[in-house]
Amino acid sequence: MTGIVLIKDMRQVKIVASIGMGIQLLLSALLIFLYISARHAGNTAEMLFIKDVVWFESLNIHYAVGADGISVAMIGLTSIVVFAGIFASWEMEFLTKEFFVSLILLATGVFGFFISIDLFTMFLFYELAVIPMYLLIGIWGSGPKEYSAMKLTLMLMGASALLLVGILGIHFNSAPDGGQTSFNILEISKIKIPIKAQYIFFPLTFVGFGVLGALFPFHTWSPDGHSSAPTAVSMLHAGVLMKLGGYGCFRVAIFLMPEAAHELSWIFIILTTISVVYGAFSAIVQKDLKYINAYSSVSHCGLVLFAILMMNRTAMNGAIIQMISHGLMTALFFALIGMIYGRTHTRLINEMGGLMKVIPFLSVCYVIAGLASLGLPGFSGFVAEMTIFVGAFQHPELFYRIVTIISITSIVITAVYILRVIAILLLGPVTNDHYEHLTDAKWYEKVSTVTLISFIVFIGMAPFLLSSMIGVSLQPIISKILALNPF
Amino acid sequence: MSLGNFALMRHELLLTVAALLVLIVEIFASSKSRKSISLFSIVLFAVITIAGFLPSPTGTLFGGMYEVNNTRLIMKNILNIGALLVLIQSVTWLNKEENHDKVSEYFFLLISTLVGMNFMISAGHFLMFYLGLELATIPIAALAAYDRYNNKSAEAGIKLILISALSSGVLLYGLAMIYGTTGTLYFHEVAQLFENKNLQVLGFIFFFSGMAFKISIVPFHLWTADVYEGAPVNITSYLSVISKGAAVFILIIMLFIVFPVIITIWQKIIYVSAVLTMTIGNLFAIRQQNLKRFLAFSSISQAGYILLGLIGGNQLGMASVIYYILVYIFSNLAVFGVVAAISNSKGKENIDEYNGLYQTNPGLSLVMLLGLFSLAGIPPFAGFFGKFFLFAAAAQKGYYLLVTIAVLNTIISLYYYLLVVKAMFINKSDNPIEKFRSDFPTRLALGICIAGIVITGFASIIFEVIKNMSFGI
Repeated sequence: MTGIVLIKDMRQVKIVASIGMGIQLLLSALLIFLYISARHAGNTAEMLFIKDVVWFESLNIHYAVGADGISVAMIGLTSIVVFAGIFASWEMEFLTKEFFVSLILLATGVFGFFISIDLFTMFLFYELAVIPMYLLIGIWGSGPKEYSAMKLTLMLMGASALLLVGILGIHFNSAPDGGQTSFNILEISKIKIPIKAQYIFFPLTFVGFGVLGALFPFHTWSPDGHSSAPTAVSMLHAGVLMKLGGYGCFRVAIFLMPEAAHELSWIFIILTTISVVYGAFSAIVQKDLKYINAYSSVSHCGLVLFAILMMNRTAMNGAIIQMISHGLMTALFFALIGMIYGRTHTRLINEMGGLMKVIPFLSVCYVIAGLASLGLPGFSGFVAEMTIFVGAFQHPELFYRIVTIISITSIVITAVYILRVIAILLLGPVTNDHYEHLTDAKWYEKVSTVTLISFIVFIGMAPFLLSSMIGVSLQPIISKILALNPF
Repeated sequence: MSLGNFALMRHELLLTVAALLVLIVEIFASSKSRKSISLFSIVLFAVITIAGFLPSPTGTLFGGMYEVNNTRLIMKNILNIGALLVLIQSVTWLNKEENHDKVSEYFFLLISTLVGMNFMISAGHFLMFYLGLELATIPIAALAAYDRYNNKSAEAGIKLILISALSSGVLLYGLAMIYGTTGTLYFHEVAQLFENKNLQVLGFIFFFSGMAFKISIVPFHLWTADVYEGAPVNITSYLSVISKGAAVFILIIMLFIVFPVIITIWQKIIYVSAVLTMTIGNLFAIRQQNLKRFLAFSSISQAGYILLGLIGGNQLGMASVIYYILVYIFSNLAVFGVVAAISNSKGKENIDEYNGLYQTNPGLSLVMLLGLFSLAGIPPFAGFFGKFFLFAAAAQKGYYLLVTIAVLNTIISLYYYLLVVKAMFINKSDNPIEKFRSDFPTRLALGICIAGIVITGFASIIFEVIKNMSFGI
C-alpha cells in the first residue's frame, strides 16, 4: 500500500507517466481484488493492509496507512481518473516535464489522503494535494488563470487552516480520562470526545473539509478554478479532489464526533440543500461549458455531503457511490470539454452547434456523460442518486423529509441544463463553416474517454459489487450512530 | 580555573580564538593572498561548528554567573549552523573589488557578535546576560554600515545603533527595578524572590519591551524594514535569522526560568503581542516591492508565530520554538541566499524584476520556491512541521482562538509568498534576469539549506532530541 505512494516519483515524460499510471491502475485493481478476497477469507478487521510507523514519538504522531472498502473504492476512482487525465493532456507542449511532475505530486497527495488513518498524515497529504494546484492552474491554465489559481489556493488553504485547528482540538481531547492523546482515527473512534469539545470542533472540521466539497457558501473557488484549469487538472480536481472533502467529512467529522454531528446536522443540511439546488440553477444560466459543469459539480458534491449528514446506512452508501459516480462522470465531461475546446477554440455554447455531424465520437460521448449526469438508469448516476434519496427519505423527522424533497428537484433541473447544452451544442445545423473540417477523436482521446465510460456503465449495471464492498466498511460508523440514536 | 572549566566554555573560547586568529592572519596576508582569508575563516568556523556537537560537560562557572546545560548547548549549536551558512553565502559578496580590504573585519565582527550571543544564552546572571547582549548588538551595527559609501547602508547602521541603545536602556531600566525589589541579579534567586509585586511586574514589562525590540515584535518593529533594506543582503540575513534566533532563545530561557511566577501576566502580554505581530507583519508584507523589505515584514510575522510556542509555558512549546528556529534558519537562508546571489551579480532586488526567472534560472527559482513554501508552512517541507508543532504547543494549553488567528494569518502569508512564486513561474517578462551561474560557495550554502529544509522535517529524530532537552515550567 505504501508502495503505491512511493512508486510515483519522477515520471518525467508522458510515456513514462502513462505507463506509470497504467501500472498504478493495475495495482489498484490488484488492491481491490486483494481486498475482496481478504474479506471473503473472513478477515473482519476494520481496516486492512495497515502499516503503522511511529514518526514523532513525543506527540504520538504515526505514519499510519490502511484501507477499508471505502478507501479502496476511492483509490480505484483516483487511478482511473489520473490515467484518463494523462491521456487527455497528451498534447501538452509547454514545460511538459514540470506539468506531469506536478500532476503526479497532486495524485500522490490524493492517494495518500485516502489511505491515511492518522490525522496528521491525512492533513499532510491534504495540503500536498492542494499546493501543486496553484502552479498547475497558474502556469498551464487559461482565462483569468492567476486570479483563479490564487482564489482556489487561498480558499482551500483557508479551509485547511480551520481543519488544522479542528485536528489539534480532536487530538488534545482524545484522552478525556487522561492518558496518551492520539492522532489515530481508529483509536479516537473508540472513545467519546467530550461533547463540549465536539460542538466547537465538529463545525471546524466539517467546514474545513466541506469547502473542498464545495459547501455553500464556500463553493466559489470551484467554478473559477475548474474553468481556468487545464483539462487534466479539471478532471482530477472535480473528479477526485472534491471527493477529498466528502471523504474527510465522513471519515473525520462524522465518524469521530457523531454526537455533535447529530445535533448540528440541521445547519449543514440547510447549507448542502442550498448547494444542491443553487448549483443546479446556476448551471442553467451559464454560457461557458466548463462553468456549466463546475456548477453541476457543486450541485452533485452538495448531494454527497447532504447524504452523509442524513446519517443512515442507505444514504451513506449512496453518498459513497455518488462520489465515485460523479468522479468518473465529471472527469469525462471535463475531458470532452477539453477536447472540444482544442478543436473549436471556444467554450461558449452559443458559438457552437451541430457538432454531432462533424465530431460524432466525441458528441456521443458527451451525450453519454450528460445522461449519466441526469441520472438515467443504467448509468452510475442513477444508482447513486436513487440510493441517496431513498435513504434520505427514511429519516423519520419531518424537516429532513422536506429538505429531501427540495433536493430531489435538482434532478429535474439537472435534466434541464444537460439537455439544453446537448441541444445547442450538438444538434441543429453546423453554425460555423470552419467547423466542417474538424477531425474526430484521436487514439489517446479515445483511450481516455472509453476508460471512463466503461466504468460508468459498469457501476450502473452492477452496483451491488461496489455497494457490498462499501457496506461492510460502513458498519463501524453505522453502529456508532445507532448507539446514539436508535430509530 | 581548571582545564575542565575551559571545556565548559568551549563555544565562547573557540569563537574568540577564531576571531583573533582571523585578525592575525590578516596582518600577515599579502594583497594577493587576501582572498584566502575568507576560505581560512570559513574552514575554521566549520571546524568550530562541528566541535560544538562533541559531548560536553555541563555545570556552572564563576559562582553561577555562567551556566551550561544541554538545552543551552543545542541553542548554541543551532546558531553556529546558521552563522556558518551566512558566512558561506557571503563569500561571493566579499570577493567583490570594493570589499577587498575589509574582509577580515567582516569575519571578526560577525564572530564577535556570535560570542556575545553565546554568552547571553549561557548567562546565569543578569550582568552576564547584559554583557553578552551588548557584545551581540554593537558589532552588528558596524556590519550594517559595512557598505559605507552607500547612504542607505550608513543609515541602516545608525538606525540600528540608536535602536539598540534605546532598547538596551529600556531593558536596563527593567533590570534595575527587578534588582531593586529582589536585591539580586542571579537568575535562580530572582525566580525565588519574585512575588508578583507591581514594581516587579513593571520591571518585567520593561525587560520584555527591550527584548521585543531585538525580536522585532509589534509595536517595537518599526526599525526592522529600514535596517533590513539598507544593510547588505548577507548582513540582513544574519540579522533576521541569527540575531532574532538568539533573542528568542534568551527570551524563552528568561520566561521559563526567571519569570515562571508571573506566568499568567506574561501569557496575556504574549497573547496580545503575538496577534499584533502576526497580523501587522503579514498585512504590511503584502504591499512590499523590495524583496528585502518584504522579507523583513515576513520575518516579523514569523516572530509572531514563534510567540505561540512560548505562550503555553510547556515542554512541547519550548521544543517547538527551538525546532522552529532551526527550520527558520534553513528556510529563510535559502530565500536570502537566492536574493543575495541575484542581488550580488545583477543588482536586482524587486519582486517584479524576478518575472520569468524560472525560464532563465530554474535552479535558483526552485530553491526560492522551496524556501518560500517552507516559510509558508506547506508540507512536506520542514516549515510545515515547525508550524504544526508551534500551533500544537499552544493548542495543548487550550489557546484555540489564538491558534485560529495564527492559521488564518498563515493564509495571508501564503498569499504574498505566492505572489513571489507567481512572479518567478507564471509572469512573463521582456527583460528577465539573464542566466548566470552562481559560484561554488553560494551553491554549497543553498544545497545545505535545501537538505535542511527537507531532512529536518522528515527526520523525526531531530525534533525528539530537541524535545528531550527542553523543559516546561
